[in-house]
Amino acid sequence: HGNFFVTGLTVLVLACFVGYYVVWRVTPALHSPLMAVTNAVSSVIIVGALIAAGPAEFGFSKLLGFLAVILASVNIFGGFLVTQRMLSMFKKKGK
Amino acid sequence: METLSALLYLVASICFIMALRGLSSPETSRQGNIYGMVGMTIAILTTLASPIVQSYWLIVLGVAIGGAIGYVVAKKIEMTALPQLVAAFHSLVGLAAVFVALAAFYSPEAYGIGSAGAIAKGSLIEMALGAAVGAITFTGSIVAFAKLQGLVTGKPLVFPMQHPLNAALGVLSVLLIVWLVQSNATAAMWLIIIAALALGFLLILPIGGADMPVVISMLNSYSGWAACGIGFTLQNNLLIITGALVGSSGAILSYIMCKGMNRSIFNVILGGFGGEAAGAAAAGGGG
Repeated sequence: HGNFFVTGLTVLVLACFVGYYVVWRVTPALHSPLMAVTNAVSSVIIVGALIAAGPAEFGFSKLLGFLAVILASVNIFGGFLVTQRMLSMFKKKGK
Repeated sequence: METLSALLYLVASICFIMALRGLSSPETSRQGNIYGMVGMTIAILTTLASPIVQSYWLIVLGVAIGGAIGYVVAKKIEMTALPQLVAAFHSLVGLAAVFVALAAFYSPEAYGIGSAGAIAKGSLIEMALGAAVGAITFTGSIVAFAKLQGLVTGKPLVFPMQHPLNAALGVLSVLLIVWLVQSNATAAMWLIIIAALALGFLLILPIGGADMPVVISMLNSYSGWAACGIGFTLQNNLLIITGALVGSSGAILSYIMCKGMNRSIFNVILGGFGGEAAGAAAAGGGG
C-alpha cells in the first residue's frame, strides 16, 4: 500500500497541473458548459460503485453500490445531455 | 488482464483530458463532449470486465433506472433552470462518493484493503476524506440548488458565530478521523459523515446572489476531490486522474470567475464577510 500511495500522489499532482493548464484560458462564454461537462466527468465515481455492486452474494455494501450506480448513472446521462443542450444554445447565439 | 484494464483506464483518462480541453474553445466544444462520453463508456466497460464484478443484473438495473431519470430530466428541463440542475447533479456525485466509501468500509476484502475491523490505516484516512468531501458536496449542492430554484432566499444568509461554528466542525472532523484510524470504529465513520453533512450545509448557506456560479464551480471541484480520495482507497489511477482533473479545473474556474467579478475567492467560498475568522474556517474545511 505504501508504494501505491507515492505512485498515486505522483499521478494526482501531475493531473492537477493538466487540469490547470487545460482550463486556464477558457473563454468566459464557455464557463457554464465547461462546468456541466466536468460535472458529467466526475461521475467516473461509478467505477467505485460498480466494484461495490459487483460481488455475487448480496450484502449491505452491494446495496450501497447499487444506490451509487443509480446516482452516478443519473449524472452520466443527465450531465452529458445537459452539456449538449448548453452547447447548442451557444451555437445559436454565435450566429 | 490487469495490465489491459490499466491501459484502458489510461485511454479513458486521456479522453477526459480531451473533453475538458475541447470544452475550453468554441470550435472544439462539441467534440469535447463526445470525448467525455467515450471516456465514460470505456471506464464503465473496463470495470465491468474486471473479475471483481461477478453479478450483473443489479448493475444493469441501476444503470437503467439512473440513466432513464437522467435522460428525461435533462431533456425536459427548461433552459433557464440548467444552473440549478447542474447543482442538483453535483449532489448526486457527492452522495455516490459517500456510498462507495461506506461500501469499502463495510466490505474491505472486496477492495483488498484489509478485513472488516482491521482495515489498513492509510485506507481508512483516504476513505474518510473521500466520504467527508462527498458529504460536504452533497448537502452543499442541495443548498445551492434550493437557492437557485428559489426554494430558499437567494440572498446570503449570515448568522452569528458562523465562522467559529464551521471551524469547530472542521476540527471535530479531523478528530473523528484520528479516532477512526485508531479504532476502526463504525461509529466514527458515521459521525465523520454526519459532521461533514452539517459542514456542507453551513458552508454554502451564507453564500448567495451573484456568487452562485462560483459556488457551483467550487462544489464541482469538491466532487472531484471526493472521487480522488476514493481513487486512493481503490488504488485506481483513473479515479485519481479524473478526480484531480475535475478538482483542479473546478478550483481554477472558480478563481477565474471571481477575478472577473473583482471578488476575493476566499470571501466567496467562506460566505462573505469574514477576514481572519474566515481563514481559520478554511483550514478546518480543508480537513
